[in-house]
Amino acid sequence: MQQAVNGLFLGSIYALFALGYTLVFGVLDILNLAHAAVFMLASFVALFLVGRSGLHILVAFPLAVLFAGLLGVVLERVAFRPLRARADSNISGLISSIAMATVFEALALWIWGPNVSRFPFGTIPERQFQVAGAVISRLQLTIVAVAVAIFLLLTWLVTRTRLGREVRAVAESPRAARILGVDVDRVIAWSFFISSALGGAAGVLFGLAFNAIQPDMGRGVELKGLAVIILGGMGSMPGAVVAGFALGLTEVFVVAHLGASWRDAISFAGLFLILVLRPRGLFGAAALREA
Amino acid sequence: MSDAPALPLLEIEDLHVAYGHVEAVRGVSLSVPEGSIVTLIGPNGAGKTSILSALAGLHRPRAGTVRLGGADVTGLPAHRAVAAGLSLVPEGRAILGRMTVEENLVLAGERRQPPGALLAAIDEQCRRFPILGERRGQLAGSLSGGQQQMLAFARALLARPRILLLDEPSMGLSPILVGQIFEMVEQIHREGATILLVEQNARLALSVAHHAYVLEHGKLVLSGPARELAEDPRVQAAYLGGGH
Repeated sequence: MQQAVNGLFLGSIYALFALGYTLVFGVLDILNLAHAAVFMLASFVALFLVGRSGLHILVAFPLAVLFAGLLGVVLERVAFRPLRARADSNISGLISSIAMATVFEALALWIWGPNVSRFPFGTIPERQFQVAGAVISRLQLTIVAVAVAIFLLLTWLVTRTRLGREVRAVAESPRAARILGVDVDRVIAWSFFISSALGGAAGVLFGLAFNAIQPDMGRGVELKGLAVIILGGMGSMPGAVVAGFALGLTEVFVVAHLGASWRDAISFAGLFLILVLRPRGLFGAAALREA
Repeated sequence: MSDAPALPLLEIEDLHVAYGHVEAVRGVSLSVPEGSIVTLIGPNGAGKTSILSALAGLHRPRAGTVRLGGADVTGLPAHRAVAAGLSLVPEGRAILGRMTVEENLVLAGERRQPPGALLAAIDEQCRRFPILGERRGQLAGSLSGGQQQMLAFARALLARPRILLLDEPSMGLSPILVGQIFEMVEQIHREGATILLVEQNARLALSVAHHAYVLEHGKLVLSGPARELAEDPRVQAAYLGGGH
């Protein structure tokens, strides 16, 4: 039970991160490898807002998420849009996003240094609850609650709003969307905003959860995020959520029963196995582009 | 069909369209009078679809001007071309198959219908094409070819176009369905629509159009009233299988 709680808690962060990752992939067929750097920068910005400016975390969190979203728009303008007309834009975009990730990391290193930074004590007041034999901290509860709220908001956005319809239309066929009068460039910019805001939210929550923020904190999450979106089916949003929780739970159970050194080995072996059995991932059948 | 030509709604002057070094359209000028059906016929690869793509903003023309109702609409990006009143029913129909029929219709109309009028406009199209009403909540990918063509028409009409651009509406459909689709084209025209029709099926196109242009290798080689062109021996030899 305790492991299930911890797994859900870790999984919610993976799921948030992977949702942003998979959203851009679904719309553009491009992996944005600067996603993890946005995750890291948002965490630092939240830390800065709480530590230096003395803002309450409830104010700092949305501001850091907004910052991450805007960073995503900049990223799209600088690293992806100029390359979009190229026949090899999938690969060239991948490379330029790696460049942007390096720039972001260097920036963080320059401003905050290589050491681990921490949120000031009491950013989220400590309190623990006993639920069905498991100990849940207020921090864990807050993080899961925030993640679930974001999932619901995103589901509403994608299924019920005009922007959501347009995002899905562009993801399925940019040409068909254009013919219907959708401003595809605008939709792509919004997709990057939402994607990076999700990555940023994951970053702040991750920073709060482990209270260790450093310029290379995105590296581990980046690979896991990639694993999650492949497992969920490239471009599938429900897939990213389910796979994110699955990875979080697996990791926690492996650490508890086999030891921490087995964590990534088992997780990635499991990923490999599932892909052998279901090459398109759990939810991948509907996620392939048609035009 | 009336022969009194109204003011030209669409005017194309010296249009050039190129893909890399390949010039698909080499200096085409034509006009479409308000309220008429004009057809553009010609063999595969003559540049017909390229002209429509340029008009709809899917591909930027290399040179030339396009005017709609007197306003310059040359090289507008697609979303602004739709906003200006150019609505394309593309070759292959470009249905969003992973979205429902209703979502396809909403997407087509929500930017172009006045506030509050969208649902009524969708209902109107569902009365015109009852099958769309019956299958409103189903995925558009589950529709048959003919039904998808109806959806493509309904979507184009929901954008409240000033001119409808139809690209090969008969393609891939059985003769019975082709007949239905062309009846629909005439019906939409009777309601006041202006139509530029691109077709490989020249006989059918000439039977519904008022005026026709023949395109070969990116250039216009013939033009005239559709009925006269249908009698023209050159057209008969090349496109109508040598006579009736």
